[in-house]
Amino acid sequence: MTLDKYSVEDLLQKRRGLRRKLAETEGLQPVRIAVLGGTTTNEVVDLLELLLLAGGFRPEFYQSEYGRFYEDAVHDPADLIAFAPNIVYIHTCHLNVLSLPAPGCSEEELKERVEAEHGRYVQIWKSIEQHTQAQIIQNNFELPPHALLGNLDAVSSGGVYRFFLALNAEFARSAASDSRLMIQDVHGLSAQMGLRHWFDWDRYFSYKILTTIEGSFAMASSLASMVRAIYGKSCKVLVLDLDNTLWGGVIGDDGVDKIQLGRETPVAESYTAFQEYCVGLWRRGVLLAVCSKNNEEIARQGFEHPDSVLKLTHFSCFKANWEPKHENILAIAKELNLGADSFVFVDDNPAERAIVEAQVGGIAVPDVGSEVSRFAAIIEAGRYFEPVSMTAEDLSRAALYESNTARASMEAKFANYGEYLDSLEMTAEIERFKPLYIERIAQLTNKTNQFNLTTRRYSLAEMEAVLDDSRYIGLYGKLSDRFGDNGLISVVLGRREDDDLHLDLWLMSCRVLKRGVEVAMLDVLVQQARDAGIAALLGYYLPTNKNAMVADHYEKLGFERVTTGSTAEASTWKLDVSNYTPRSAHIKIMEPVYG
Amino acid sequence: MDNILEELQEIFRDVLDQPDLVLTRSSNASNVDDWDSLAHINLVTSIEKRYKIRFALGELQDLKDVGDMIDLIKAKLAAQ
Repeated sequence: MTLDKYSVEDLLQKRRGLRRKLAETEGLQPVRIAVLGGTTTNEVVDLLELLLLAGGFRPEFYQSEYGRFYEDAVHDPADLIAFAPNIVYIHTCHLNVLSLPAPGCSEEELKERVEAEHGRYVQIWKSIEQHTQAQIIQNNFELPPHALLGNLDAVSSGGVYRFFLALNAEFARSAASDSRLMIQDVHGLSAQMGLRHWFDWDRYFSYKILTTIEGSFAMASSLASMVRAIYGKSCKVLVLDLDNTLWGGVIGDDGVDKIQLGRETPVAESYTAFQEYCVGLWRRGVLLAVCSKNNEEIARQGFEHPDSVLKLTHFSCFKANWEPKHENILAIAKELNLGADSFVFVDDNPAERAIVEAQVGGIAVPDVGSEVSRFAAIIEAGRYFEPVSMTAEDLSRAALYESNTARASMEAKFANYGEYLDSLEMTAEIERFKPLYIERIAQLTNKTNQFNLTTRRYSLAEMEAVLDDSRYIGLYGKLSDRFGDNGLISVVLGRREDDDLHLDLWLMSCRVLKRGVEVAMLDVLVQQARDAGIAALLGYYLPTNKNAMVADHYEKLGFERVTTGSTAEASTWKLDVSNYTPRSAHIKIMEPVYG
Repeated sequence: MDNILEELQEIFRDVLDQPDLVLTRSSNASNVDDWDSLAHINLVTSIEKRYKIRFALGELQDLKDVGDMIDLIKAKLAAQ
C-alpha cells in the first residue's frame, strides 16, 4: 500500500485508520525507535509511523516526557535502556539551546558558548552510545525566526544566526568521526521549505508543536529515509525511459539530430539539466538503467548526440525493445542481481508508470508528471537514494557493474566454466573481522537479501560487539580479479558453543555469484575452526521470499542434513571438520598479513 | 452551512477511527471516546484545513461542545 496519494492533512486526519490497515501487512521488519524531544514530538512520530509501516517496517516507539531529552539521556536513562532501542532520535530545536550570545558578545565568548552547547549534546550522544546499542539520529538546527541584527546576525560574534551556523558545523564534525551518530539536516529541510512555512507559532503556544504539519511531514519523511538507509533498504537503481524523459521528442520518428538536447532552447536545456541530475546520482553510486520502447540501435544513437551528458557507459543495463516495460524491468533486476524493490522508475508516460507500478512488486514509481523540469525535484522529494555514509565502495560501484558486463561477454568464449573462472585470475583475502572493515561488514549484512542463509540483521554496534567477543569467528572475504577489485563481498559469522560452531551468518554479494567464493570461504573457515579446536560446523538455512537461491548451499558444500523436510523449508546442516580437505580450485587465497 | 455538523462528523470519524460515531451539538471531550488532547490537535488541524480558517489563540478554550464549535466555524466563515 502506498501513501503517495494522500496529502499531509489527509494522512493526519485518517491516521488511525491507515495505521490499522498498514499494520495488517505481514513480514514487516521490527524496529524500535526512541524519540527524545525538546518539543512535542507526537505529530512527527505519528507521521513517521505511517511512512515506516508503508515502507516495510513495524516500528515501536518510546517518547521521552516533554522537553526531557537531556535528562532522559544523561541522568535518568533507565527507561531508555529498558526499551532497548535500535535507533534513538534526538529531536531538538533552536528553542532548546540554553544560552545564546547577546549583542556585544566577543569572539571568544561566542566560541565558548558554541562549545558549551555542543558539549551538552556530546554528553547525550556518549551516554546513549554507552548504554544502548542504538544508532543515533540527531537533527541539526533550523535558524531562528528573527535575525535581530539583520544581515549582521550571520556575521557578528553576537549574532544568533552565526551561533547556529557554528553549532551546526560542530555537529557535522562530530558525526564525521562517529559512525553511530547521524545528523538529520533540519537546517536544510527548513530552508527548503522557508522558515515562514516551517514554524507555526500558534501551535507552539497552544501545544508546543513548533512546526506546521508540512514541516512535521518533511522531518518524518527525511527520518523514514534515514531508517531505510540504516537497514540497507535505500534504492540502488534509477530506471529511465528515453523519449521525452532523457531528451525531447521521439528519436525513432525525429532522428538523432532532431531530438531536443543541449543549450539552444529552454526545452533542450531542461532535458540536459535532468541528464546532469542523473549523472550526479551515478557519480555517487546509484546505478542507471534504460527501459524504453524503441529500436535498440536507434535508441543508443541518442547518447551519441553531441549534447548528451549521459553516455552509454553510464548505464549498467540497456533495454530498448518492444516488450512490455514491466518485463524488461524484471529482466534488468535479474541481470544486475538486484531486487526490483530497490528500483526507481521514471517515465513521462502515465500509462507506463501505472503498468510498471502494478506489475513490479515493491518498485518506486514517482508521479513525475510530464514536465521534465520538475522530475529531479520530485525524485528528490521521494528521498529514495538516501545513503548512510559515502564509502569508497559506493563511489566505485558503478564502475564495478561496468566491468561485470565485460566479464559476461568474456564468459561465452571458453570451453568450460572452470576455464573461464581460471581466466579471471581471482585472488581472495579471507580473514577474521577487522575494525577497518566493520562498517562495510554491517552494511553488507543488512542489505544482502538473496545470497543470505539466515537474513539476520546486525546494527553497526552489534557487529562491533562481535569483534571483541572471543566466542565468535567472523570472516570477511574480498575478491579481486583481472577486471578490478570487487571489494568486500562475503561475510560468515560463527558462534561457538562447546565444540560446535553455529553459523549465524553466511552471506555474499550477488555480484560475485558463481565464482566459487563460498568454497574459498569454507576452506578458511574450516582452517580457523580447527585451530580453535572445533569439531563440527552447524549451518542453518532460514527461507525468506528472496533467498531461495541458497536453499541447497550447505548441501553443495558437502554438509550433512540434520533436519528432515523439503528443500524449501528451514533446515540445519552439519560438517565434521576433521576429514575436510581444502577445495578452492579457481581462487587463490592470499596468506594473511600480520603485524 | 447547515452541513457543518455532518462534515465535522466525518472528520471526527476519521481522526478517532470510529466509522459509526454519531456526533451531535452536545458532543464533547467527555462523552466522545478517545477525544484526548492529542486527538484534539488533529481535530483542530483537520477542521482548520477543511474550512480554510485559523482559530485564534484562546478561541478554542471557551468552547463547551461541538455546538459551540459549529457556531464559531459559522461565525468565522461569515466574516470572510
